[in-house]
Amino acid sequence: MEQTPKTIALVGNPNTGKSTVFNALTGLRQKIANYPGITVERKVGTSIIGGVLHQIIDLPGAYSLNYKKLDERIAYQALIGSYEHEEKPDLVLAVVDVTNLDRNLFLVSQLLDLEIPVILVLNMMDVAEQKQITINEQILSENLGIPVISISAKKREDIERLKQFVAKAELSPPSPLAWLDSFQLRQALGKVKKEWIQPHTNIPESAQHTEALRLISEGNFEYVFYTFEEQEKGLKVIEQAREILEQAGENPMATEVLQRYDFIDRCTKDATQQNTDTSLSITDRIDSVVTHKVFGPIIFTSILLLMFQAIFSWATPFMDFIDLIFIETGNWVANALPPGILNDLLVEGVIAGLGGVVIFLPQIVFLFFFIYILEGTGYMARAAFVMDGFMTKVGLHGRSVVPLMSGFACAIPGIMAARTIENWRDRIITIMVLPFMACSARLPVYALLIAAFIPATPVLGIFTYQGITFFGLYIFGIVMALLAAAVMKWFFPSGQQTPFIMELPAYKLPKWDVVFKNVADRGWIFVKEAGKIIVAISIVLWFLASFPGVDQQEYDQNAYEGETIESYQLRNSFAGKFGQIIEPTIEPLGFDWKIGIGLLTSFAAREVMVGTLNTIYSIEGSDEDIVTLKEKLINDTDPETGQPIYSIATALSLMVFFALAMQCMSTIAIVRRETNSWKWPTAMFVYMSALAYVCSLITFQVGSNL
Amino acid sequence: MSTKLSNITKPGAYQIRTITGAETTRLMEMGILPGIRLEMIRKAPTGFPIEIKVRNSFYTLRKSEAECIELEN
Ligand SMILES: Nc1nc2c(ncn2[C@@H]2O[C@H](COP(=O)(O)OP(=O)(O)OP(=O)(O)O)[C@@H](O)[C@H]2O)c(=O)[nH]1
Ligand SMILES: [Mg+2]
Repeated sequence: MEQTPKTIALVGNPNTGKSTVFNALTGLRQKIANYPGITVERKVGTSIIGGVLHQIIDLPGAYSLNYKKLDERIAYQALIGSYEHEEKPDLVLAVVDVTNLDRNLFLVSQLLDLEIPVILVLNMMDVAEQKQITINEQILSENLGIPVISISAKKREDIERLKQFVAKAELSPPSPLAWLDSFQLRQALGKVKKEWIQPHTNIPESAQHTEALRLISEGNFEYVFYTFEEQEKGLKVIEQAREILEQAGENPMATEVLQRYDFIDRCTKDATQQNTDTSLSITDRIDSVVTHKVFGPIIFTSILLLMFQAIFSWATPFMDFIDLIFIETGNWVANALPPGILNDLLVEGVIAGLGGVVIFLPQIVFLFFFIYILEGTGYMARAAFVMDGFMTKVGLHGRSVVPLMSGFACAIPGIMAARTIENWRDRIITIMVLPFMACSARLPVYALLIAAFIPATPVLGIFTYQGITFFGLYIFGIVMALLAAAVMKWFFPSGQQTPFIMELPAYKLPKWDVVFKNVADRGWIFVKEAGKIIVAISIVLWFLASFPGVDQQEYDQNAYEGETIESYQLRNSFAGKFGQIIEPTIEPLGFDWKIGIGLLTSFAAREVMVGTLNTIYSIEGSDEDIVTLKEKLINDTDPETGQPIYSIATALSLMVFFALAMQCMSTIAIVRRETNSWKWPTAMFVYMSALAYVCSLITFQVGSNL
Repeated sequence: MSTKLSNITKPGAYQIRTITGAETTRLMEMGILPGIRLEMIRKAPTGFPIEIKVRNSFYTLRKSEAECIELEN
């Protein structure tokens, strides 16, 4: 390879280790998991190979350039240089899984038509050795006409070897259509290129074969992403091309594929050796239990329950510890700095706001840990298989399981993961109901309210009311998501059954260092992102809630009986006034104006609620008695009536509101991007918020009259 | 005589005879070709999808796709 900076793309079937190679080359941490379809975006990094800094691109996996799903289409567009005005890559590293070489080479045979130099990277050699698959790289390389190297992407020395190999490789674009040996297909291809693609589209020269073959096989423009005129004429040309094939007795949907596989057989025949493996593997044995008629669904449900249990109870000691640290820090800062505005702002605004959120780090870490394990082992694909029948009944798809499960962590990766769902309707429904899954940003709110207002009394021996409420909220989210999907299914009836061809990868032990690094990354991102908004909002809010100040005389004249001066001041501050303006609309739900302020700020992000309450209540509390937010909520009373603000009904109503309302700007933004219109995010915001209002209203009205 | 994969209820190994229908291209691209050995592994709790093994890899198929695959008897 010449010593100039290049753009190198990683391409291959799903789950072959592209992102593993990408991470090893670039030092970045793209998500890796044992599930086909983890990468759904084009990701860029850099790597020094042979002394030159090259750009490396990680792409979603695809079985064929004849794309059907959005993630596959992104790979195709990136390769032909029509993805967001990016140039096409200078070199392709085709990462293939040697344990199913023929199928992987199908895509490679398509890559060879694109006139981009290709290096074949045979990955998973460690697995191949166990299965006694041997490959002669030399012969394979000669037959395919491209350089070939075998590696195990998990081994560092293999990545070094790969770099040296790439640096030294002689690169030239392969000659396209080497596999093509039917006169009729060549004729049909030429026709579509000349009469349609060249005059009517701006597909780059090097991608015209591929696009023509795609159109012949598809027979229509259903999946086309570029704009063009004269659709009628195009359809006619394609129809004529298909007729050429049909008259020769060839099936236009099959002939290209068959010829490519013939070519692959010729290339691999004398280069590979494998024993047909009919023994019952570990994967088979695990699957006979995990996907069993009865045990399968039971195991799936148990895993969910275990996950919620872990988040709820195993995290508690860590949370108490963090709580303590923040209280001590607050006390220490309060004493160390001279009293005054800066002191108040730091202690009541920043430290209290931040502490209110960092405390939930342990739960978030547990949650991500669980999800990474489930994905890393390969279980998620089984969950999709087991649940498909059920999911279809409620208007979803087996492939919706993974996006919905990632929704427990955060709706955003979940919504993006829905790209792996091929059918537009299934995909939209998945996206639209996904924010009901109880994401980690709701955890702080749930945990705070449950700890403060739900009694810890044991029931049925091993459970507590607190635990049951916690599980209940998760289940509530799931049930609402499924119900909403069922209703939407009714609105958009489906024509026919949509496809569900998914690979079930062999089980793997999760790579522990990767799991821990990823969990640490996610935890850090949570603290950083939440911290940024929370500190900003806390500071602004602190000002709004601290000013205007009041003097003793005014307080003596106007305050309610028993109201402290701090409470009086807060009630008459800018924030307090504003809260009281909206109070009438939320009063029927059981919320006072302080909660109202929290609801408003939490439209930026849900976890901001806790920081907001923390700030508000710190201002109200006097300086000496720094107690936890939980106690402040319990002790808060209405200055007018002297009644506690929060009853169990209020707390439940608030939890229901948080379970259902669309309170996340980032989700709105991502739905806009993924659906390419404002229609869906608007609909989502309206229906979720309306539902939240109604359900909270019912909860409070029923709850407080019991 | 041939049988559709969708009518097979017992796990076992078969040989593919033809692929027909709307999903022809996609199935064939994944190496599910006439003449290739196909193992029916199991059914999901609800009957469909089913799990099959072709060329060392396992796949799920819904009924509509299983109907596209005809097996030799
Ligand atoms: N045994 C073994 N496992 C590997 C190797 N390389 C990658 N893996 C595992 O294969 C799985 C898939 O790896 P990824 O890097 O996520 O694959 P990908 O090609 O990016 O997958 P998609 O983004 O879904 O297309 C993970 O469980 C990896 O740990 C290897 O050389 N040997
Ligand atoms: Mg990937």
